[in-house]
Amino acid sequence: MDLQVAEHALQHHFADMEQQQETSTFGMWMFLLTEIMFFGGLFCAYLVYRSSYYEAFVEGSQKMNIWLGATNTAVLICSSLTMALGVRAAQTGKKKLMVVLLLITILFGLGFLGIKGVEYHEHWENHEFPGPNFHFQTIDKTPPVDPQHTEIYFSLYWAMTGLHALHMIIGVGLVTWIILGGLAGAYTPAYFTPVEVVGLYWHFVDLVWIYLFPLLYLISKKHGGG
Amino acid sequence: MATAVQTVERENYLNSNYGIKSWLLTTDHKRIAMLYLVSITAMFWIGGFFAMLIRLNLLTPTGDLVTSDTYNKLFTMHGIIMVFFFLIPSVPAVIGNFCIPLMVGAKDLAFPRVNLLSWYIYLLGAITALTAMVTGGVDTGWTFYTPFSTTYSSTHVIGAAVGIFITGFSSILTGLNFIVTIHRMRAPGLTWRRLPLFCWSNYAAALIMVLGTPVIAITLLLVAFERAFNIGVFNPQLGGDPLLFQHLFWFYSHPAVYIMILPGMGVISEIVTCFSRKRVFGYEFVALASIAIAVLGFLVWAHHMFVAGISVYAALVFSLLSYFVAIPSAVKVFNWTATMYKGSIRYETPMLYAFGFIGLFTIGGLTGIFLASLGLDVHVHDTYFIVAHFHYVMVGGMVMAYMAGLHFWWPKMSGRMYPEAWAKLSALLVFVGFNTTFFPQFILGYMGAPRRYHAYPPEFQVLNVLSTAGASILAVGYVLPMIYFLWSLRYGELAPPNPWNAVGLEWMTPSPPPTHNFDETPIVTWEAYDYEHQPQEEVTVGH
Amino acid sequence: MTRRAADEHIAPESHVIPISLYVVIWAALMVGTGLTVFAASVDLGIFNIVVALLIATIKGTLVVLFFMHLRYSTKLTMVTVVAAICFLLIMFSLSMTDYLTRGWSTLH
Repeated sequence: MDLQVAEHALQHHFADMEQQQETSTFGMWMFLLTEIMFFGGLFCAYLVYRSSYYEAFVEGSQKMNIWLGATNTAVLICSSLTMALGVRAAQTGKKKLMVVLLLITILFGLGFLGIKGVEYHEHWENHEFPGPNFHFQTIDKTPPVDPQHTEIYFSLYWAMTGLHALHMIIGVGLVTWIILGGLAGAYTPAYFTPVEVVGLYWHFVDLVWIYLFPLLYLISKKHGGG
Repeated sequence: MATAVQTVERENYLNSNYGIKSWLLTTDHKRIAMLYLVSITAMFWIGGFFAMLIRLNLLTPTGDLVTSDTYNKLFTMHGIIMVFFFLIPSVPAVIGNFCIPLMVGAKDLAFPRVNLLSWYIYLLGAITALTAMVTGGVDTGWTFYTPFSTTYSSTHVIGAAVGIFITGFSSILTGLNFIVTIHRMRAPGLTWRRLPLFCWSNYAAALIMVLGTPVIAITLLLVAFERAFNIGVFNPQLGGDPLLFQHLFWFYSHPAVYIMILPGMGVISEIVTCFSRKRVFGYEFVALASIAIAVLGFLVWAHHMFVAGISVYAALVFSLLSYFVAIPSAVKVFNWTATMYKGSIRYETPMLYAFGFIGLFTIGGLTGIFLASLGLDVHVHDTYFIVAHFHYVMVGGMVMAYMAGLHFWWPKMSGRMYPEAWAKLSALLVFVGFNTTFFPQFILGYMGAPRRYHAYPPEFQVLNVLSTAGASILAVGYVLPMIYFLWSLRYGELAPPNPWNAVGLEWMTPSPPPTHNFDETPIVTWEAYDYEHQPQEEVTVGH
Repeated sequence: MTRRAADEHIAPESHVIPISLYVVIWAALMVGTGLTVFAASVDLGIFNIVVALLIATIKGTLVVLFFMHLRYSTKLTMVTVVAAICFLLIMFSLSMTDYLTRGWSTLH
């Protein structure tokens, strides 16, 4: 049964499953390389502006809710664990366990997006979305030191976390697809490449957040927000 | 090595399936290459149309043909189309897609469906950009400098930017496919040292595609958001830095010129060796030079910004690095020349284009070194000198290489020979037309004629008229191959598997190849360009 | 076509990582997160950012090596990851040659 699934999944231009699996995995790593450069442009902008306008960035960062951010970090780390265990379940042929673990992964992902939504809502209400309606108030109500560049901080905040959230949504969609495939019996120890490859994508999204959190939320010792 | 001309049409990738669905839903890399050929050719003519209007307008010093606003749109759209929708995909998407699986002895690229997706993405991007152009145009220059593009321009910047953003993913996917294929799908015995240099060059270009394109993608996305939401990341009035846009833009767009030229150089390597009946001189050096160009190309981008306001210390660094990037290109030119030395040269059309490439690319490349010098660049920046420089490398270099490759692999792709006499005539017209168009621009630029101006001082008229005259000759040189390639599809002589007696796996398949490329996976036991052991037969070419 | 014999059904990924290792990595990541938050509350001046990035990089390395199986992957995969980091650093550092030196006096 396993073999039939594997043979059915072998594409005609590959010599064998091993070549297909190695090629697919390498392809996903290459894609992640492009994603690193894609986010990299935003990180570069962040680096440039933070180094030039540190105080403005500090003030902006203080409006972030560190506890929500830290919770979200923990949520993503847990989701990576369940994802990794889910891939392992596919690898060891435990179909039901895989489906359960991936479902939990999705729940964590949705949890992350929910918390993010709460944060976004608060920032929106505080007029912290850049543009003509931007109006910045410091955390302790003192006059802002450089509101123009704090607006840039927020532009980058929304851009970087927004792009990240978009990738999370796509990730949730991909994991759903894998669950459906798993329920239909598409994966066996001889062929679980799609699970592995979606796992790589998911971990990458977690990895980006691991950098976003300290860079956006923890710029200075004077942290507030809540 | 069979050279008997076939008189019966076997089953091949062109006739294995009929109907529009079999083409639009194909995953065969050869068919996808043909799909790209059609779309890229269409874009070339649209871009060329804008060029024609530019040159016509520049016939008179007062620029009577169009208003200055319209002129801004013309050069912008010409640049966008030619760079993003023609040059960058040209050799990789057409010749690379077709030849790389054959050259490595595979049945297809690593990800055939991704390949088809890349074509659809290309189309979507092209349609988006063209729509922006047709419904009002863009006037920011293909470089989209801020804050004009984000704030002050009243044209369809977002549409154009989004179109380019979308097409960028086509490039990324193509590059990804090439890298994975070359690493993982080589036939037994095909070591890296035996890999055709065309594969090395496309591999190097693919590295740039995957590393660089995402950066311009995010940058253009930021431009679109800034324009839509009045954000201000690049707008000095809102605290932003317009130079940050330029840094991010050129981080991709400089390596992009190597995306454009490297595959062309790969074509030249294949042709020079075949038409000199000699191994490439210094194969390892040429292969490594491709990688060196790709890597070093990422280190030089701010030489486009010497007078933009960057710190002079940064300018020094980038100037020095820019000198280095010329070295591997020079290595290639020397090695091609050394390959020809004491070779048995044949002067068929591909070789004529290759000669043209080597000469014109050298001129373009050398003038690039002039521009790497801070002192000189301050003088000629934003003049026609720059325009001449990049047209020498892009048109005199890259487009010639593309034509060379099309002619070289045409028999393989179509199963037909093109008419050699007409092809030689076209090559000559292209060479004469090109130099007549662009050499005067070096002089104009050095005399101070600024670029992107729709009018100019009367003393520049003679050279401008000469340039326009050259452009019309060049246009004829490009129209003729369109006609005779199409003609050959029906009336051209049937092509043998190896009309040029070249060495390479693609020449061991019938012309055109069957859908699955090889009946059995080939096992490679010979070195690359093993021309010493190729029989020296008289080659039959089309009439 | 060189195809593996059908009865040899070798699982493409032959190594199975023990669950305990995944849990240990998870725990390390959680501790790292806590450390990051704590370190941000201490005033280390210029070193705040260094510590934050250091912890983030350690966490990231653990994710890449173990959750993403880089530890057990081919050298080619590792080269891919290193290349991405290198080019990212090139983009950062060469851009900063401009921004860091803009305030310097010009050469005479």
